[in-house]
Amino acid sequence: MEDSTSPKQEKENQEKLGEARRSWEGKTAASPQYSEPESSEPLEAKQGPETGRQSGSSRPWSPQSRARTPLGGPAGPETSSPAPLSRREPSSTPSPPAPARQDLAAPPQSHRTTSVIPEAGTPYPDPLEQSSDKRESVPLHTSQSERNTFQQSQQPKPHLCGPRDVSYNNAKQKELRFDVFQEADSNSDCDLQLPAPGGSEGAPSMLETAIQNAKAYLLKTSSKSGFNLYDHLSNMLTKILNERPENAVDIFENISQDVKMAHFSKKFDALHNENEMLPTYEIAEKQKALFLQGHLEGVDQELEDEIAENALPNVMESAFYFEQAGVGLGTDETYRIFLALKQLTDTHPIQRCRFWGKILGLEMNYIVAEVEFREGEDEEEVEEEDVAEERDNGESEADEDEEDELPKSFYKAPQAIPKEESRTGANKYVYFVCNEPGRPWVKLPPVIPAQIVIARKIKKFFTGRLDAPVISYPPFPGNESNYLRAQIARISAGTHVSPLGFYQFGEEEGEEEEEVEGGQNSFEENPDFEGIQVTDLVESLSNWVHHVQHILSQGRCNWFNSIQKNEEEEEEGEEEDEEKEEPDYIEQEVGPPLLTPISEDLEIQNIPPWTTRLSSNLIPQYAIAVLQSNLWPGAYAFSNGKKFENFYIGWGHKYSPDNYTPPVPPPVYQEYPSGPEITEMDDPSVEEEQAFRAAQEAVLLAAENEESEEDEDEEDDYD
Amino acid sequence: MDADSLLLSLELASGSGQGLSPDRRASLLTSLMLVKRDYRYDRVLFWGRILGLVADYYIAQGLSEDQLAQRKTLYSLNCTEWSLLPPATEEMVAQSSVVKGRFMGDPSYEYEHTELQKVNEGDKVFEEEIVVQIKEETRLVSVIDQIDKAVAIIPRGALFKTPFGPTHVNRTFEGLSLSEAKKLSSYFHFREPVELKNKTLLEKADLDPSLDFMDSLEHDIPKGSWSIQMERGNALVVLRSLLWPGLTFYHAPRTKHYGYIYVGTGEKNMDLPFML
Repeated sequence: MEDSTSPKQEKENQEKLGEARRSWEGKTAASPQYSEPESSEPLEAKQGPETGRQSGSSRPWSPQSRARTPLGGPAGPETSSPAPLSRREPSSTPSPPAPARQDLAAPPQSHRTTSVIPEAGTPYPDPLEQSSDKRESVPLHTSQSERNTFQQSQQPKPHLCGPRDVSYNNAKQKELRFDVFQEADSNSDCDLQLPAPGGSEGAPSMLETAIQNAKAYLLKTSSKSGFNLYDHLSNMLTKILNERPENAVDIFENISQDVKMAHFSKKFDALHNENEMLPTYEIAEKQKALFLQGHLEGVDQELEDEIAENALPNVMESAFYFEQAGVGLGTDETYRIFLALKQLTDTHPIQRCRFWGKILGLEMNYIVAEVEFREGEDEEEVEEEDVAEERDNGESEADEDEEDELPKSFYKAPQAIPKEESRTGANKYVYFVCNEPGRPWVKLPPVIPAQIVIARKIKKFFTGRLDAPVISYPPFPGNESNYLRAQIARISAGTHVSPLGFYQFGEEEGEEEEEVEGGQNSFEENPDFEGIQVTDLVESLSNWVHHVQHILSQGRCNWFNSIQKNEEEEEEGEEEDEEKEEPDYIEQEVGPPLLTPISEDLEIQNIPPWTTRLSSNLIPQYAIAVLQSNLWPGAYAFSNGKKFENFYIGWGHKYSPDNYTPPVPPPVYQEYPSGPEITEMDDPSVEEEQAFRAAQEAVLLAAENEESEEDEDEEDDYD
Repeated sequence: MDADSLLLSLELASGSGQGLSPDRRASLLTSLMLVKRDYRYDRVLFWGRILGLVADYYIAQGLSEDQLAQRKTLYSLNCTEWSLLPPATEEMVAQSSVVKGRFMGDPSYEYEHTELQKVNEGDKVFEEEIVVQIKEETRLVSVIDQIDKAVAIIPRGALFKTPFGPTHVNRTFEGLSLSEAKKLSSYFHFREPVELKNKTLLEKADLDPSLDFMDSLEHDIPKGSWSIQMERGNALVVLRSLLWPGLTFYHAPRTKHYGYIYVGTGEKNMDLPFML
C-alpha cells in the first residue's frame, strides 16, 4: 500500500521503523507478506513500485529504505521514483494518492542512484505490489548509518515466490537489504502478478529499468571467482561497519582483499591448522614435562635432601646480573633452561653443574651445560682409538722374496698425541648440550688434541645437528659434536676468568717443584676471599685471573713429550736403512700458568683483549663490573665484588680482524728415497733408441764375430 | 623494532642473547618518545647497538610517512641524548671501507690510513704516502647504511604501495602463516628494490604490485647467508644474518609483531663462504 505520503526522508529512523512495523503488523493479514525484512536498508531506492495498491501492504520494510526498493516496479504502479518509503502504512488504504507519492518519490532519486543497487527490476510479488509502498530509495550512503546495522549475517530470506513471511520484527534490523534484493531477484521467477504500475510515467520507469539493469549487472557472477560484486560490496560494508577502523577509506582496498581471502580460508580450517601447530604442541608438551618433574613423593624428606646437595647453580641469579649487563636470553627462556638443568642433575650423578652458555647454529642452537661428575662416577665408555699408536711404515711389508721390491716409504705419520685424561686439562669438565630446553641432553665426547689443533685452523658455522660432518681443509677429525667440543674447550680456556683471589692453589701442591708437565692445575675456592671493589675490577685487568688452563699449541694443557715414545718405537720400527727425519728433541711448549691475570693476555692488533664496563653509569653504587672479551665475541663475565660468573652467547668463533685464510696444503712429501727404481726418466727419443740399439748390435756383432759366423742368423733376431 | 612496542620486541629478540640492560631500556622508552615528538617522525625504530671498545653506540631511526623514503639516523651514547647523523653518501662508504677493526666508541676518534697517492709535480710522477684521517662518525654512518641496505628486512605484506607512490604500513597485516614464515621468499629487504627489474616476465606476472615491490631474500648472495629458525616451538620465527652477524629479525607468525635489531661489532663477516 501506499505509503502514506509521508515525506520520504532519506533516512528513516527507527521510529519510522517502528511505525512501519506496527502498521505492518496491522496489516499483515491483509497483505501478503513480503519477506523483506529489512528495515533499514538504505539500499536502494527502489523506484518504486509504489504500489499504489492497497494491498495491505505489508510493507515490510520499515520505513527506511527498504532494501528492496527497486522492486517497486512491478509492484506498484506507482512507481514513484524511488521515493523513500518512509513508512508505509500498512493500512489497507488503497493506495494513497499515487501521484503524491510519486512526487515524493522524485526527490530521493538523487541519492538513490548512488545506492547502486539497482534493482534488477524483478517484479515483486504481489504483496509487494500491494504494499505499494514507497520504496525508499535509500542510497547507500554512509550517512545512513543506521541502516547499516546490517549485520553481516544476512539471514537469507526465504525466497518465496509467494507471500513471504516476514518476521519482520526481528528481522528488520538485521536483514540487509541486499537480501531483499536477492529475494527480489529470485522473486522474479515467481510469478508475480505485478500489476503494471498504473500510470507509470515514462521517466520513472526508465529510471527504474536503469536501476534494475545496474543491479543485474552487479549481481552478475564473476566467471573467475564465483563472486558477484553485489555480495562482495555488501560483505565489505558490513565488515567496515562492524569493525569501524579509522580512515577506512585509506585501507579500503586492503579490506576488499581481506574479505575475498576470508571467503576461502574457512574451508581449510579443519586440516590445515593441525599440521602447522603440531610442532608447537610437541615442544609445549615437552616443556610442560619440565615443569611437572618436580613432584616428588615423600615430600619432606627428599626435599631437604635435595636442597642440601644441590648441584644446581642459581641460574636465575646469574641471569639477573647478566641482564644488568645487557646479556641474556630472556627471563622465561632462562627459567626453562634452569628446569632443564635440574632435570639433568636429577638424572645423572653430577657433582657440580653450570650453565655454560648458548651457541647459535644455522638450523638449531645449542644450550651448553658444564658438568662435573661425582668422584668415581664417570661414564667413560668412549673407546680410545689410536692412543699413542705408532703407525708402521706400512708399505714396506718385506717382500724381499720377490724380485721387485716395492720401494719402502719412510713416511712416518706423526704420532697422535694422546688426549688428556678426564678431569684434567681440557677434559676437566664434561659438557652436555641440548637444542632446546625440554629436549634430551646429549653428552659431548672428550676432546682430543688433534681436534683442537685443527679447530684452530678452520672456521665453520654450526648447523645444530650433532652428527653433521664438518667438511673443511685441513680435514677435521670428527663430526660436529667433536668440533663443538673443541670450540667449547677453546672458549673456556680463553675466557673463563674470575676475580683475583677467588681461587687459590691447593695447599698440597704448594712447594713442590713440579714437573713441567704437571703445572699447577688444581685450585680451590679461597674461603677467605673478601671481595674486590667493583670499581677496582673495572679499572684494572690485573684483578681478574684465568682459572682454566691455557691450551698449548699441541692441543693439550699438559705437555706431552712425544719423543720418549719414539725411542721405544724404534725397536719396533722396520726400516733399517732409511734414516728418520724426525727431530730428536722437541721444544717443550709452555703456556701461561694457571691463575694468570688477564692483563697479560695478548692484544689483537692494538685492540685490548678485554673490555670492562660498569653495568650502569647512572647508579654506580649498585653496579656490577662486566667484562667482555674482544677475542671471543660473546664471552662475558660479571662480578659484583663477591660473586662472579662466566657466560658465552654467540656463534662460537674467535675474532680476527683479518680475513680468514684457509691453510695451504703442504708441499708434496718426499716419501721414498730417490733412486733409479723410482726416479722418473724420460722415455728415450728415437735417435737415442737407435743409437742404443746400434751400440748393442755392435757389441753383439763383435761377440759373434769372435765366436762363429753361424750366429749371424741369429743376430737378425736381435733387430 | 618499533619504539612503541619496545619491551615486547626486546623480549622476542632475546634469543640471540644480546639485548639491553634495564636502565638502557628505561631510558630508551622515554627518550625515543621525545625524539618522535621533537623531530616529528611518523615512526621511530630502535635500530640497535654497535659495540665499541670504550663505549657502545645506540642507534635509532626515524621514518616519515613514506616508509621507503630515506630514514634519518640518530645515535646516542647513553640512550638519553640523541644526535642526528648525516645521511650516507657513496664517498663516505668508499672512504670508510678501508678501515678495519672494531669501533672505538668515541665519535670523534679518527682512524689513520696511509694511502699511496700519485702526485704530479711537473714532470715527475711519484707516489707519496698520504695519511688520510677518517672520522669514526663517518664510519658509523656508512656501516649503518651498509647494514640497512644489506640485511634490514620486513615480512611480505607488512607494507603496501599505494598508486600514488608512497608506501604505507599495512594496517590489515595479520602476520605470516606458519608455512610462509619458514620460507625466505616471504621476507623482503627494507629498501628500494634493486633486483626487481631483473626478474623474468613470468615471475613478474605472479607478483602483486601493491605488496611485492621489494626484493625478496631468496636471491641473496651468498646463498645460505640467512639462518631461519623457529624458536619457542613454532611460536616465533627468527632470522639471523650470517653476513652481518648480530642482526636478528624476529616475527611471531599470525600476529602483527615483527622487527629487527642489530647488536654487534659493526663488521661484515667476509669469511662467510668459508664458514658455510
